[in-house]
Amino acid sequence: MLSLTTSTVAAEFAYWQTSGFKLLMAFVAVLIPAGTTVYLYLFKMVSFMQSRLGPMEAGPYGSLQLLAELGKNAQKEDIVPARADVLVFKLAPYVVLLSTFLLVLVVPWGPDAVFADFDTGIFFALAVSSVSVIGILMAGWASASKYSLLGGLRAAGQLIAYELPLVLAVVGVVIQAGTLNMQGIVAAQIEGEIFGWGAIGNPFILTQIVGFLIFMVAVQAELTQVPFDMPIAESELVSGYMTEYSGFRFLMFFIGEFATANIFAFLAAVLFLGGWGVPPFVADALFADGNYSQWMNVIGPLVMATKMLALTFIIYWVRFTYPRFREDQLQTFAWKYLIPISLVNIAVTGFLKVVL
Amino acid sequence: MTAISERRQLAYIAAQAADARVNIELEAEGMTLNVGPQHPATHGTLRIVLQLDGEEVVGADPIMGYMHRGYEKLAEVRTYPQVTTLINRIDWLGSFANEVPFILAAEQLMEIEAPARAKWIRTILFELARIANVTLFLGDMGVQLGAVTPVFYAFRDREYILNQIEAATGGRFHPNFDRIGGLKDDLPAGWIASTKTALDEIRDFCDEMEELIVGNEIFEARTRGIGVIPADVGLSYGLSGANVRASGVDWDLRRDSPIGQGQGLAYDELDWKVWTHPDGDSFARYWVRLQEVREACNMVDQLLDGLPGGPIMAKVPRIIKVPEGEAYVATENPLGEMGYYVVSQGGLEPFRVKIRSASFSNMSITPWLLKGTYVPDVITILASLYFILGDIDR
Amino acid sequence: MPSADADTTETEATEAVVDEAREALLEAVTEELGDAVVGHHLIPGRDVWVRVAPDAWSDTADYLRNRQRFRFFDWLSAIDWLPSPYGRSLDAEVDKAAEDPDGDDASSGVDIADVEKVAGGDTRFQVMARVYSLATGIGLHVKTDIGDELQVASWIDTYPGAHWHEREVHEMFGISFVGNPDMRNLYLPGDFEGYPLRKDFPLMARLVKPWPGIVDVEPMPEVEEADGGAGSSDAAAPSATNPEDAA
Repeated sequence: MLSLTTSTVAAEFAYWQTSGFKLLMAFVAVLIPAGTTVYLYLFKMVSFMQSRLGPMEAGPYGSLQLLAELGKNAQKEDIVPARADVLVFKLAPYVVLLSTFLLVLVVPWGPDAVFADFDTGIFFALAVSSVSVIGILMAGWASASKYSLLGGLRAAGQLIAYELPLVLAVVGVVIQAGTLNMQGIVAAQIEGEIFGWGAIGNPFILTQIVGFLIFMVAVQAELTQVPFDMPIAESELVSGYMTEYSGFRFLMFFIGEFATANIFAFLAAVLFLGGWGVPPFVADALFADGNYSQWMNVIGPLVMATKMLALTFIIYWVRFTYPRFREDQLQTFAWKYLIPISLVNIAVTGFLKVVL
Repeated sequence: MTAISERRQLAYIAAQAADARVNIELEAEGMTLNVGPQHPATHGTLRIVLQLDGEEVVGADPIMGYMHRGYEKLAEVRTYPQVTTLINRIDWLGSFANEVPFILAAEQLMEIEAPARAKWIRTILFELARIANVTLFLGDMGVQLGAVTPVFYAFRDREYILNQIEAATGGRFHPNFDRIGGLKDDLPAGWIASTKTALDEIRDFCDEMEELIVGNEIFEARTRGIGVIPADVGLSYGLSGANVRASGVDWDLRRDSPIGQGQGLAYDELDWKVWTHPDGDSFARYWVRLQEVREACNMVDQLLDGLPGGPIMAKVPRIIKVPEGEAYVATENPLGEMGYYVVSQGGLEPFRVKIRSASFSNMSITPWLLKGTYVPDVITILASLYFILGDIDR
Repeated sequence: MPSADADTTETEATEAVVDEAREALLEAVTEELGDAVVGHHLIPGRDVWVRVAPDAWSDTADYLRNRQRFRFFDWLSAIDWLPSPYGRSLDAEVDKAAEDPDGDDASSGVDIADVEKVAGGDTRFQVMARVYSLATGIGLHVKTDIGDELQVASWIDTYPGAHWHEREVHEMFGISFVGNPDMRNLYLPGDFEGYPLRKDFPLMARLVKPWPGIVDVEPMPEVEEADGGAGSSDAAAPSATNPEDAA
């Protein structure tokens, strides 16, 4: 029942209590999925793909490895390079993490289970996702390391280039749903019909498959994951903008990276896979008593988690399969292919919206 | 003693200062990027000072010696059989292949010829060393380009070959198995059959790499046309092995030298092919090496089938004294031509050993080759030239 | 074995052919360089050495690369012919047994001129290089004697690959290459004193501490009957060295 939030239970709690609860839930929403995917995918799935076992010692099947990593990194010395810009250097990981927490604000997990239900939710999400660029640039510049600087500049160039296809891919969904509100987009998919057949609603992945693919590619680039990991590029730039970080600050970058991956997966689930909704025919069968909205606040997060896991699976699969692009190839790919295609996608969507 | 250590200390301080001066001298317009000596892409402790204009390389200056062990000097105070222990560590991924040319040079000076069975087993182990070495390259190239997974497959499948080498010689990395006049031991029982199984694994691995890496569009985009070495330039820089074969030079010491043709190794009795590629770029170098691993599997297969019987050791004196003379023997090692110029004065130890290692010459082209490329391509080129630090620094 | 028979006949056949080619090459080089060729040596079917005058060193490279199509630069190095004043710094019994009774370790009394050299040599330092012709499959060793000025012309204009090799020779032997602009140390630290590969450069590790490896001098495995004299000296080796270590 923890997932139930304001509207149903607000009357019983004071303002500070609900705020505190929301804050707690924000951490839960960021850290639990991050931990899950890191363990499931980064530790285990990838290990199996690479014909090794992954962590096995800490806890059953290494399931407590994350805690061990946490402890290890917390113990490490917080090194600041000699000629670093100390304040900026220390702030940078917080800025990156801030972007993650801002993103989580607008993601709906149920009819009422949402931190902030903005009318322009998706617009807000895309806007704050760029905040991390500032953090990365800060880290790259303040580290006083050439590798970091190169990594930071690469990141800036890359994130700006891929912000555009990301936004444009969403525009198709927005046109089809007719709203920028995240809940509205979910509702549009649940209540939608495919040529009058409404048993599974109308998840936009069917109509916006082009948008979905572009979105996922752009997300991969936004997350600086392989094949777009030039800002980190371990074999070239050591670790790019993260090179000089150690201990807890490195961990924050790490958490930021993987938590953001989850949140983008959540966003993709909302935009293209029907969000927290279950197909109407299932909902009809389960909630014949009409308590649909209440139950969805509980089931919704689980549904979202399932969809998120499916999408992050793809993200990690790609990450550990492909080599990386070169910087210019990445730019070419964004400007010459992704953006024109997404523009065409918008045009076609708009045209069909008008015609149908 | 104290005098020596003080002098050493002074020398060390002076060396540090000199290093710092090098850094200042290299400071120029744009940015100087120090790749290494501790860098993931340098396989050890190579340092390359890149002068960058943006991400474009204006000048590249490889600085090595961080791992210089002075084998040429050390060999002068060791008996001939002892030298193999040192030279095992030159190209540490294909160690057995290092021993062979030295032993052959000593045999040439002593005018001993190993029995046929020893030659064949040498050739088998030589090719297994090649497989063990190049297999790792095939996976490692992926890592350098950002694909992490292939290298795990490489480590996994190289293990099959290492197991075979270990079963035959007792050492996984440093067999130290070759002796003047033959080999230390014969093959263990059941080795031939298990080697054939291991070869099948390597063939599968090659197919896997072909699908996973060669067939990948991003890999092609990253390697095609990157680091093109024209054949003539490559040769005048002393590039050898797969690096020149990828530039279309049809030259392989296994086929083109008398050593490969029965005078030391038994390549003459095999049916095999020298692979070349006309492009001379990083992709070509990868492709040629991939084919060479497959070819090596076929060669070992043939060698195992036709392994002659007989002794594995020729009649040699109990204490090895090599008559006066000079001999140069080079073989086609996994990294390229590796040769030993051995000068003997008739003693227990070589008077002078010049070690011609492949990576040293292969890397000498980098200042020329890296100019005008971009930082990511630097990594591609270094990876595709395929050097082993021990082979550069000796 | 039938294969062994086929093997020997084959190599004999190739030997005869290659020999001719090497003779012709030697003739051509001698003709072109004239008096500059000071000495030469040929092992049929194997290798050929040419010793040129130091003045003709760079001309030789130019001729070999551009006229004789020796496209492949193999390596360049040097030899210090001074017999080592330190010997092997080993006192193992097996060592002594193998040495001639009159020739001791510190053979500093030996004259350089007496030392056996392929293709001859007059001075202490000899720079040598090997080039290879892909067209004929012949490798050629070129040697030259370096006088007291310890310098010779550089090859980098002809073979750019010689650059690193020359740097190595410079730091290891102290031989300068005229025309090579960059003679920084390649391996050694910037201000390293001395030239390690010279014979009179002591191998410190050997001088300050007896090498534990002396007991490891392993006799070659033998197939048939053992040689009596050498075997007994080998058996005596460990017992003889142990008291020394203890002392």
